[in-house]
Amino acid sequence: MSLIIRGRVWKYGDNINTDIISPGQYMSQPVEKQAEHAMEAIDPEFAKKVQPGDILVAGHNFGSGSSRETAQMVLKYHQIGAVVATSFARIFYRNSINVGLPVVDMKDTSMIQEGDDVEIDFLEGKIINHTQGTEYQGTKLPEHLMEMVQLGGLEPYLAKKLGIS
Amino acid sequence: MTMSEKILAKAAGRSEVKAGEIVWVKADIAMMHDLLGPWLIDGGFRRLGGQLFDKEKVVVVSDHCTPPATVQQADILKFTRDWAREQDLPYYYEFEGPCHQVIVEHGHVRPGRLILGTDSHTCMAGGLGAFATGIGSTEMIGVLLTGETWMKVPETIKVVWDGELPHGVYAKDIVLKTIKDIGHAGATYQTLEFSGSAIRGLSMDERLVLSNMAVEAGAKTGLIEPDEKVIEFLRSKGATDEIEDLFSDEDASYSRILHYNASELEPQIACPHEIDNVHPVSAVEGKSVDQVYLGSCTNGRLSDLRIAAEILKGKKIAKHIRCLVVPASQHIWMEANKEGILNILTEAGCIVNMPSCGACGGFTSGVIGAGEVVMSSSNRNFRGRMGSPDGEVYLGSPATVAATAIEGKIADPRKYLLQGVR
Repeated sequence: MSLIIRGRVWKYGDNINTDIISPGQYMSQPVEKQAEHAMEAIDPEFAKKVQPGDILVAGHNFGSGSSRETAQMVLKYHQIGAVVATSFARIFYRNSINVGLPVVDMKDTSMIQEGDDVEIDFLEGKIINHTQGTEYQGTKLPEHLMEMVQLGGLEPYLAKKLGIS
Repeated sequence: MTMSEKILAKAAGRSEVKAGEIVWVKADIAMMHDLLGPWLIDGGFRRLGGQLFDKEKVVVVSDHCTPPATVQQADILKFTRDWAREQDLPYYYEFEGPCHQVIVEHGHVRPGRLILGTDSHTCMAGGLGAFATGIGSTEMIGVLLTGETWMKVPETIKVVWDGELPHGVYAKDIVLKTIKDIGHAGATYQTLEFSGSAIRGLSMDERLVLSNMAVEAGAKTGLIEPDEKVIEFLRSKGATDEIEDLFSDEDASYSRILHYNASELEPQIACPHEIDNVHPVSAVEGKSVDQVYLGSCTNGRLSDLRIAAEILKGKKIAKHIRCLVVPASQHIWMEANKEGILNILTEAGCIVNMPSCGACGGFTSGVIGAGEVVMSSSNRNFRGRMGSPDGEVYLGSPATVAATAIEGKIADPRKYLLQGVR
């Protein structure tokens, strides 16, 4: 996983829950089918418009609700580079770290505009807005998760811990 | 220490832990269901050796794809069943109802246990004094292989409900009011601990409503101190071993304490599309509905069905709606059948479906179409939760759901209940 991410912003509001990201009715379908319906409740064009590397920027409580990792699966299928929000729901945050989807929280995301060209240093929690020529400080990744993130997620971390190559 | 600190200290093999610390904890139960279980974890699990840490501590419940509505669901169900057989799991359940209810009924939930499950409502087990929380499928791979994961010891918000609930007002109303005040993310990373005389007065069925919905305020788990009711319940399920005495110390530290008087509470409704968009029933009374849903791991237990039967006995549901009743387990289905409850509900015009996660999560058996409105006893009203993103979900107690079924419009249940009936 790349720890420096640069991409174009798609902007969303508060409470983007897991039923929005990964609607329950499609969860038993193959990931490529699920991905067609990602975010459709609030943005029916999402699956068509997002490009690899794009960054989602949202308000508070991103990923609330279910423990479903299909939420990360569909975002990764679309090769979303990172999610920036003012806060994340607990399970969503853990799952993202575990599967290697960069997530950064920062106090206020209101100044970031849709279409902005943004660069993120995931480990340092630093966000550079190239369009606006500004820089923001988000929360730095907790120390105990550094190694896991540097290795690329929980699976490679476990492989190392268990001595499996 | 708080209850959370005590349980996590034990799980971490320590005498003491403090809120905020990161600890490695050992799971007493690792639970998976069909939709977020074996078919998602099998690849990673095998790549990492494929050895379960302790199969006696692994419980798999097929409940989301039962009965399968599509070939994909049937494939997932078959994969789950085959996986459980291949791993020679002693505890695999299917077609018995939602996992959270099934693991309670089969005695897997005990006070003081650490329970990790691949479903956000795993926190329901906290109603019996277990520290139970939802995890993702990848995290479950680590738990299955090593029996461990990391946790930040949560702070605790204490929610005290004293006094006596008025007639027609239930645990669901307590939890909706609590979530309204705390907010849908107000308890993120924290434990919600429910206490007070009103909580102690609740039956086991009702206590599980509170712990089930703790996650709707963002909480890591929802806890209630286990008392003689819990011990009696576990004995009735065949538990013969010592049951842990567990409580928060008097000098335990809380991040926040909320006090309520239960006797002042009215029936509450969570309105679309957020769980903390809660109003007293009087504010939404008269809203037309297309479907009512009485069921789910939140509110499909025997006492819920009894209340609905009390309200619907000898009456008919409104002509233009359908009323789906989904007992929370096969055991509850049988008990309700013995008591004649299912007949009463069927005679009133309800349809009794088999225990499953069904329409609550928009999976099977009763999803809604665009423009349709549901009054449901379940736990989430997010946009698209029960089907179309253009549908609307209102949440309330089983009594409110039953009263709404009669009128075809959101209704106050109190006028249908005799004074004093609980």
